[in-house]
Amino acid sequence: MPTYSFLSLLREGFTGHKGWTPAWRFPDPKPAYDAVIIGGGGHGLATAYYLAKLHGMRNIAVIEKGWIGGGNAGRNTTIIRSNYLEDASAAIYEHALKLWEGLGRELNYNIMMSHRGVMNLAHDEGEARVLKRRTEANRLNGIDTEWLDAKQVKEFCPPINISAGSRFPVLGATLQRRGGVNRHDAVVWGYARAADVMGVDIIQNCEVTGIKVEAGVVTGISTSRGDIRTPKVASVAAGHTSIIANMVGVRLPIQSHPLQAWVSEPVKPLIPCVVMSNAVHAYVSQSDKGELVMGAGIDPHNSYTQRGGLDTIEHSLAALIELFPMFSRLRLLRQWGGIVDTCPDASPIITKTKVKGFYINAGWGTGGWKATPGSGHAFADLVARDEPNAIAAPFSVERFSSGALVAEHGAAAVAH
Amino acid sequence: MLLITCPHCGTRDQSEFTYGGEAHISRPANSETMTDAQWAEFVFMRNNPKGVWAERWMHASGCRKWFNAVRDTSTDRFLAVYKIGEPRPNVTAAGLATPSGEPVIGSGNDAAKVMR
Ligand SMILES: Cc1cc2nc3c(=O)[nH]c(=O)nc-3n(C[C@H](O)[C@H](O)[C@H](O)COP(=O)(O)OP(=O)(O)OC[C@H]3O[C@@H](n4cnc5c(N)ncnc54)[C@H](O)[C@@H]3O)c2cc1C
Ligand SMILES: [Zn+2]
Repeated sequence: MPTYSFLSLLREGFTGHKGWTPAWRFPDPKPAYDAVIIGGGGHGLATAYYLAKLHGMRNIAVIEKGWIGGGNAGRNTTIIRSNYLEDASAAIYEHALKLWEGLGRELNYNIMMSHRGVMNLAHDEGEARVLKRRTEANRLNGIDTEWLDAKQVKEFCPPINISAGSRFPVLGATLQRRGGVNRHDAVVWGYARAADVMGVDIIQNCEVTGIKVEAGVVTGISTSRGDIRTPKVASVAAGHTSIIANMVGVRLPIQSHPLQAWVSEPVKPLIPCVVMSNAVHAYVSQSDKGELVMGAGIDPHNSYTQRGGLDTIEHSLAALIELFPMFSRLRLLRQWGGIVDTCPDASPIITKTKVKGFYINAGWGTGGWKATPGSGHAFADLVARDEPNAIAAPFSVERFSSGALVAEHGAAAVAH
Repeated sequence: MLLITCPHCGTRDQSEFTYGGEAHISRPANSETMTDAQWAEFVFMRNNPKGVWAERWMHASGCRKWFNAVRDTSTDRFLAVYKIGEPRPNVTAAGLATPSGEPVIGSGNDAAKVMR
């Protein structure tokens, strides 16, 4: 694999950019693999990368029905932070954040990681109390969350309206300075390229249509490009997880909903950080292109159509214009939706199942992007060893029977 | 935004309605003898089909009555609405060629459509 560097860019610049080669292969499926991963989003590709790199499993494949990164990986607003309330969540999201910090270098791919800080606003006393409690819980877990009062919020993000007469008065905010955003496609492509080099087959335009089980043990899958034998099937299908689990009769508490986002026309640098508000169902950051990237909560109904209603967008925009009056003059360029896999406790499911050799990583709902490296890392460990490690264990599907839920609605509802 | 036909008031914008999730889940009669796994099934586990499914809506800004609907979640097309207490009507939709494929209407996933 040619290393990407300033020198290689310079060399190609002088030779008309004719020497670049595809970053990964387009192989046909082999008749058998040691493991098959369903879903070529961020989590699936990260799982493949860590399986190959850390567990020496290189005769494996990622099966993707469309193109890699065409699902939520390519539709999300890339907000990254680890300031969750519960210890189990702090552990996995912080594990991911630490991996993000070195990922560009590790993959030799510019993922445009920007630790510009994530602010979560409080608009009333109750919310301020909850956010302060979360700040203290984070600090006990070694996570860098701070509490800012309204004046400090304004200093950190000057365009914000903190006037007392505002429709949504800003009482303060939490700030995680290591939080930020990155480039979703670059993460997908970087993981794909690095996994491909180690021998992982990335098979696109190939839909998994069935899973073969004999005497309670996985033996293979059926796909739109033929049957494949394998003792291990790892499902990382985000919004389509229930459909995959249904193929082997595994019951899940997941519901699939549309989640929308939209961007404005590009403008000069304006918003220096990420600003989120649970109470008003809205958040915003600015891309390097200059577009304001905005988002909302889920559309309420179950759906797989990758589109939602305009009322959801209007609701969030009305609040954003109150918070940032200057936004009222901007035009919107485009809007889209993805299908997110929501869980009753707003936490993911990383689990073995009653079918031996069938593993599930799902339920990340509206906020799984930030977890991508940590999720792939922990899931690869489970798939390779058939036992969850300390980070994955609390997220077993058994928690819905035992009652040991990892309740994160406060930290996860709208704040992706 | 969906257009939803309340069986009492007629067709209105979705913003007038509250969603109630999967329909026809009744509280088990033998709750005192149920295992934890059975409780999990009742409280948490849900169907989540890509296709025809029955769901509950409440006309919050109208008559404030709950009712049921059958909708195709792969196209968002409503197939039937009916009052609480009435049985689920036996309606079907064309269905998808493959379990996780994309219908011609109602999806942005062109790659999967072309494949079909
Ligand atoms: C609008 C929006 C904004 C978001 N914003 C944020 C955010 O700011 N921060 C954050 O942390 N998270 C955010 N999220 C959530 C985040 O995108 C997801 O939690 C995460 O990307 C899910 O993991 P993934 O990347 O592996 O999913 P996906 O990219 O959806 O991967 C799943 C893949 O499985 C494939 N697949 C499904 N069925 C089959 C089959 N039968 N055969 C083969 N392949 C199949 C799909 O085609 C898809 O490519 C957002 C999501 C959306 C929709
Ligand atoms: Zn009505």
